[in-house]
Amino acid sequence: MTDATATAAPATSDPSRTQRRNAAEKRFQLYGKLAVGIGVLALIMLLGSILSRGLPAFNQTFIKADITLDAAALDPNGNRDPEDIRKVLTFAYKPLINDSLTGLAEQLAAGPVPEATPDLIAGMISDAATATLRDYVIRNPGQIGETVEFEFLANARIDQYLKGNVDRESAAADSRVDPIQLDIADALQESGAMEKRFNLDFIIGPDASENRPEAAGIGVALMGSAYMMLIVLCLALPIGVAASIYLEEFAPKNWITDIIEVNISNLAAVPSIVFGILGLAIFINYMHLPNSAPIVGGLVLTLMTLPTIIISTRASLKSVPPSIKEAAIGVGASKMQAIFHHVLPLAAPGILTGTIIGLAQALGETAPLLLIGMVAFVRDHPGSLPDGLFEPATGLPVQVYNFTQRADPAFVERASGAIIVLLAFLVIMNAIAIFLRQRLERKW
Amino acid sequence: MKSGHFAGTAVATVMAISATSAFAQSRDQIQVAGSSTVLPYASIVAEAFGENFDYPSPVVESGGSSAGLKKFCEGVGENTIDIANSSRAIREAEVAACAEAGVTDIMEVRIGYDGIVFASKSDGPDFTAFTPAQWYNALAAELPQDGAMVANPNTNWTSVDESLPDSEILAFIPGTKHGTREVFEEKVILQGCEDSGAMEQILEINGGDEDAAESACMAVRTDGLSVDIDGDYTETLARIESNPNGIGVFGLAFYENNTDKLKVATINDVVPSTESISTGEYPVSRPLYFYLKQAHVGVIPGLKEYAEFFVSDAVAGPNGPLAAYGLVSDPALAETQAKIADLGS
Repeated sequence: MTDATATAAPATSDPSRTQRRNAAEKRFQLYGKLAVGIGVLALIMLLGSILSRGLPAFNQTFIKADITLDAAALDPNGNRDPEDIRKVLTFAYKPLINDSLTGLAEQLAAGPVPEATPDLIAGMISDAATATLRDYVIRNPGQIGETVEFEFLANARIDQYLKGNVDRESAAADSRVDPIQLDIADALQESGAMEKRFNLDFIIGPDASENRPEAAGIGVALMGSAYMMLIVLCLALPIGVAASIYLEEFAPKNWITDIIEVNISNLAAVPSIVFGILGLAIFINYMHLPNSAPIVGGLVLTLMTLPTIIISTRASLKSVPPSIKEAAIGVGASKMQAIFHHVLPLAAPGILTGTIIGLAQALGETAPLLLIGMVAFVRDHPGSLPDGLFEPATGLPVQVYNFTQRADPAFVERASGAIIVLLAFLVIMNAIAIFLRQRLERKW
Repeated sequence: MKSGHFAGTAVATVMAISATSAFAQSRDQIQVAGSSTVLPYASIVAEAFGENFDYPSPVVESGGSSAGLKKFCEGVGENTIDIANSSRAIREAEVAACAEAGVTDIMEVRIGYDGIVFASKSDGPDFTAFTPAQWYNALAAELPQDGAMVANPNTNWTSVDESLPDSEILAFIPGTKHGTREVFEEKVILQGCEDSGAMEQILEINGGDEDAAESACMAVRTDGLSVDIDGDYTETLARIESNPNGIGVFGLAFYENNTDKLKVATINDVVPSTESISTGEYPVSRPLYFYLKQAHVGVIPGLKEYAEFFVSDAVAGPNGPLAAYGLVSDPALAETQAKIADLGS
């Protein structure tokens, strides 16, 4: 007692102690600023590296070329029968491209690039060109024998040259590109036959194999992710909100509800791969839903998202002042009317925030999809709703993971490009949440 | 009340859709899973198959040979996969597991060969020629010395062999979950153990126990000079780019796609290439396979056509897209083609 008064009394009058306290506060503020600074710096570095690497993926190099659709090669029987034309596989179109480029090669060889040969120019065109040609010929059998101008994707190495990632020195050591091709690229760019421009196919087109990174897109993954989010929204939101309202407002408080409560909190922390194992066992092996389908992915992610939504919904229901419900009951509303007409609308902003956080978490998840066959190479877009839910698809994070595993360096920019689209998807979802929250929010 | 109704209807609709369509729908695309080494080849074929035929493109999952074969052996039926890709031959235990689940008619299709190469940073030390014996002496956990096993004393390549560059030993080798590791241990380390005469000395030390001697040979040092890479080759490449003294183990196809960054070393003076591997001169190579569930032929549309297309000359032959990516085509491709042509007849 005496001690306390002895030390406390001089404390107020000792200027050095005040200084120390003020200094401690300043230091703490500095630490805080430093912490924020480190966070901002890390974010800037992350975004900077992703944007600088990924933005080029949205542009692609295209080459214009006149292709002679040789009748002898494409329609050996000469009867223009669609069945016969279909029998000519894409491999037969490759020599066609080489032959058609002879003129261009001669022209270049006489002018800017003396070493140009048709094979070198054909090597600058994407492997996907043969499929483009075959599709065109099947749709327009009347054009066989004519010369038609096509615009093809340029090979990934040439594209990377225009983007500044390949130079003559690296090309000399590279078995996939010849320095002469870079000279040809310069000449073609000058003549306007080759240009780099925005490529919508990166966003809507399907993935491509490792031989043609230039043709790879994220369309299938984008659709898969959108379908899965739709399922999560349609299932997790109503189930989660119904469960929380019951637990919060109606359920008796006893040991059973206590156990449920503890388990919901625990479920929120369960590693997501566990939900994948569960999904494989229940939805695929027991319910016989198809492999690699968004419906299974959506159901698994719903299970994963439910605890997040329940926890946040209960918190926002709790934060509505009890006076509102009591007033409603006081003027004669039933308990259910009080909740649905008064409490729930006021809790809606919080519920929305929780739902969007849950959805965002689900959108970025790869681990549970690994076990249900969605980490895969899928070429065909899933169909429209509702059948598309049962057709194979991947998800955006899966596509990022797939791109990073490929050998060709051109996939690096596509992985970053896919991350940009994923981030844009997230920003849009968050923006919707903020917009709705501001419209619905009420302060008291 | 409105929101309550809406919620109920939404749940009911989704549930109803999943219940009705799931059982009514039959699968019309081929499902493939397995080795990540075979994945690039399988995806090239899947892409070309979808372009050239009216069947939908097959769905190709990766995840490793063992995982793929396990999935393959789960049973017969539309919700099991049709084809397992593998970078090694199926094991007896796996055949037994398959048989137990009712998967009895399995066709093995060899698609070609894959080379394993040693490559380092193109402007790093002069690692241009190795022998298996040098790799054994550099990477073994213990070496026989004067009648006893001692911990590997070599930390520099010059102490392994004076012809090698003066550089510390730093090797990035595939982790144990990879099929490539098995090939590396058997064809490089074990071979080196025999070539260098260490095998005989180990047999003398342990009294002639051959199995124990083989495992002693293949035990790789764990003191940090040999680093297991559990990811894929892109990770190995990233490690080498930050450690110019490092040497990595790559697939031939990966190296051929990155020749501007990597230089390759010869083994026993043989340069790895599709030619030297197909003639068998280059020692470190392995066959690649896929396994086909014969019970699904005729049930899943296009399955036989896919298999035929995969091994056709235009695809798996020396001038096809698979060879362009780095597959060493199989000289006995015609036999495989004949085997598949007989399928289901």
